[in-house]
Amino acid sequence: MKLSMLKSTGKYSLLLFTLVVSAMLLAGCGSEEKKDAAEKAAPAAPEKIVLKLAMDADPVSLDPHVQLSGGMLQYSHMVFDSLTRYDKDMNFVPRLATKWERIDDLTIRFHLRQGVKFHSGNEFTAEDVAFTLARLKTSEDYKGLFEPFEPAKVIDKYTVDLITKKPYGLVLNMSTYIFPMDKQFYSGTTDKGVAKDLIIKTDYSFANENESGTGPFVVTSREQGVKTVFTRFADYWDKSGNVEEIVFSPIKNDATRVAALLSGDVDFIMPVPPQDLERIKSTEGLELVTMSGSRIILIQLNGERNPALKDPKVRLAMAYAYNNDGVVDKIMKGFATAAGQMSPKGYVGYVPELKPRFDLDKAKALMAESGYPNGFECTMIAPNNRYVNDEKISEAFVSMMSKIGITVSLKTMPKAQYWDQFDAQVADVQLIGWHSDTEDSGNFYEFLSMCRNSETGYGQYNSGSYCNTKVDELTLAAQVETDPAKRAELCQSAEKIQYDEAGFLPIHWQNLSWASKNNMNTEDIVNVMNFPYFGDLIIK
Amino acid sequence: MFAFAVKRILQAIMVMLIISCIGFAIKHNFGDPVRDLVGQRVTPTERAEIRERLGLNDPFMVQYARFLGDAVQGDLGQSYFFKKPASEVILKKAPATLELVLCSAFIITFLSVPLGIYAAIKPQKWFSRFIMGSSIIGVSMPVFLTAILLIYVFAVELHWLPSYGRGKTVCIFGWWDSGLLTLDGLKHLIMPSIALSSIMLPLFIRLIRSEMMEVLESEYVKYAWAKGLKPRRVWWVHAFKNTLLPVITVGGVQLGIMVAFTILTETVFQWQGMGSMFIESVERSDTSLMVAYLVFVGLIFVLVNTAVDIIYGLVNPTIRVAGRK
Repeated sequence: MKLSMLKSTGKYSLLLFTLVVSAMLLAGCGSEEKKDAAEKAAPAAPEKIVLKLAMDADPVSLDPHVQLSGGMLQYSHMVFDSLTRYDKDMNFVPRLATKWERIDDLTIRFHLRQGVKFHSGNEFTAEDVAFTLARLKTSEDYKGLFEPFEPAKVIDKYTVDLITKKPYGLVLNMSTYIFPMDKQFYSGTTDKGVAKDLIIKTDYSFANENESGTGPFVVTSREQGVKTVFTRFADYWDKSGNVEEIVFSPIKNDATRVAALLSGDVDFIMPVPPQDLERIKSTEGLELVTMSGSRIILIQLNGERNPALKDPKVRLAMAYAYNNDGVVDKIMKGFATAAGQMSPKGYVGYVPELKPRFDLDKAKALMAESGYPNGFECTMIAPNNRYVNDEKISEAFVSMMSKIGITVSLKTMPKAQYWDQFDAQVADVQLIGWHSDTEDSGNFYEFLSMCRNSETGYGQYNSGSYCNTKVDELTLAAQVETDPAKRAELCQSAEKIQYDEAGFLPIHWQNLSWASKNNMNTEDIVNVMNFPYFGDLIIK
Repeated sequence: MFAFAVKRILQAIMVMLIISCIGFAIKHNFGDPVRDLVGQRVTPTERAEIRERLGLNDPFMVQYARFLGDAVQGDLGQSYFFKKPASEVILKKAPATLELVLCSAFIITFLSVPLGIYAAIKPQKWFSRFIMGSSIIGVSMPVFLTAILLIYVFAVELHWLPSYGRGKTVCIFGWWDSGLLTLDGLKHLIMPSIALSSIMLPLFIRLIRSEMMEVLESEYVKYAWAKGLKPRRVWWVHAFKNTLLPVITVGGVQLGIMVAFTILTETVFQWQGMGSMFIESVERSDTSLMVAYLVFVGLIFVLVNTAVDIIYGLVNPTIRVAGRK
């Protein structure tokens, strides 16, 4: 008996001992306190107004240029400030640029806000804008978006020209992505002799761990994946919000995130899982805000792989057989907007007449007229953890197609494995969701429906190999068109062609959701891009 | 003795090689970590360049050899997401998991022993039947369901306990973030440790009960009764001590299984330990961190078992002789 006791206690203590020793060698404690930054932030008042915020993930870095993703842009709007930004109706409103004017076909002149300070204390000038644009052009994620731009030209301390290589209609859209970074702060080298402005994705870099923006909040402490504390920047120029500190914790599990709000452990959550919308709506003291989003979910049909899908009548029949509203109603529980096209309302390419066209009789008639009156078989792949209910949507698609005699064999897989399969076009039918980086219709066509061309990179995600040269022409023409009305016309024509040919099957736009306690102006700070402007938040 | 130790160590090295090889094979076929590092508009060529730079395009054997070479020097690779060495990330998360496992082990020990004994010596009482009945429910309830139920009852409805996270932690020894020393940290610990123990506790109650009942039927206990010893002495000294033998053996094995169970508990409670870190690294295809975790946990168990076997050999010569054959 003694022996086995010894064996067991030995196991416990040895396990601990091993961990202790190895940990001592390598680890350090606590989150990285940003002492300098904290001193520059607002002095701690006795009754601080604190927002406890929970999202599904936290920013991967403090460097806004390291990755182009929703999470990083949300972070950028808290710590940095852009030249312009969108309001709720997708209009451009002045931020660090107070006004702008078009000088010629290639140039827009931005007049900058004066007396703005960076978190480091340096003054914000036109040099910082030029520095930031140059840095954006070296970022793997942003250089594609800023490819049309020449280096920015500094006119004087508070005036800067953004010049494009060709006439370009989206300069203002792009100005919402220019979050000026502190040139002086990010210049020079670290102790190890590495340049401070270097963008590094998978290793330490100065910019990954330190920030100096002009935004409403300063990062005062950060433990990645656990907690980040944002403290109000005392010298921030815009005094509309009153939140002095944001304590941000990522909570990945949907149910836990909702429970944290219901129990009062956090004040604001995003996103809200569809199954809990009712519960939050009916809870006293909470406020739920939802909005139709701009991420389109669509299904691509590959006529190159499966000749049946090349038949125009078959494509149309499939579009008529798909019940968008039914899916929104039954599967998405109303938490999506049925789509008949790619561009959501508010985008230039949006055509109100292009509605979902569910009509089973018409679909059957079209199938009868097509070259495949007895139906056919095809394969399909879809992710199962990328979009809201993606697997269920795909299953619904399979059963809807079976009604017009099309047998779809569906395979779903986690996103980690999905995208390689998607790129390799392994199935006849593939599902994808897309959010336009430029908040413009052209981006949809460039990536999802222009003819695939590995040289120009157009049609990179057009896994259906849909190709209509007219769509290509219209999209390219829209790129260099600077007159908004003419651009809209071009984009809308492209949208119509794709609708008439059923170039793809649009499913729906996912809705966005935020929930908070009802003592704050949540409704005013959220928008369709899903970048809540926490700097403007007022807690009563 | 020396030969025995050498043999055990060589065996441990073999096991580690196999673990790392399996882990690495999974990583190699898992998916492209670069997908999670870049935005949607980065072109395939640029992605290929990043892969090249990270050495992900090299053949399996080249990557594996490089990994082994670094691993013997203590470098388990770089976590793409955390942008830090994987071993540093894992060691930072280890205290959270260990404290959780420790508390659950505590709960299990201090509840299963009295309850199991009671159920064994008074099997006909209604309370014993109640214990056995509820233990069936406990065993059959998945951990995440127990966890969510706890959250909804004690955090959402009653507002007694916090719903997520570790709360306030203090730094001890300069590197260990402990939640055991603050009231807030302890409050945060209650629900996760109950949830984690909810599977093991019923198992142990049942195990102790059946072992105890068996022992109570044995000759020497009957003899003890015949000698006219007090019931308390018979139960505790004669019966219970002998019940413990198999329980402790099982307990040692279960401790390891519990570390694995923390994955579910940690995910539900947003408990920032190694378990939730591992799951998230799987979702993000942070493959280096995944492999590092597998190797790290494998290493702990191999080290502990090897050390225990060596010590065991010192104490019990029959084992040593068996090892020498």
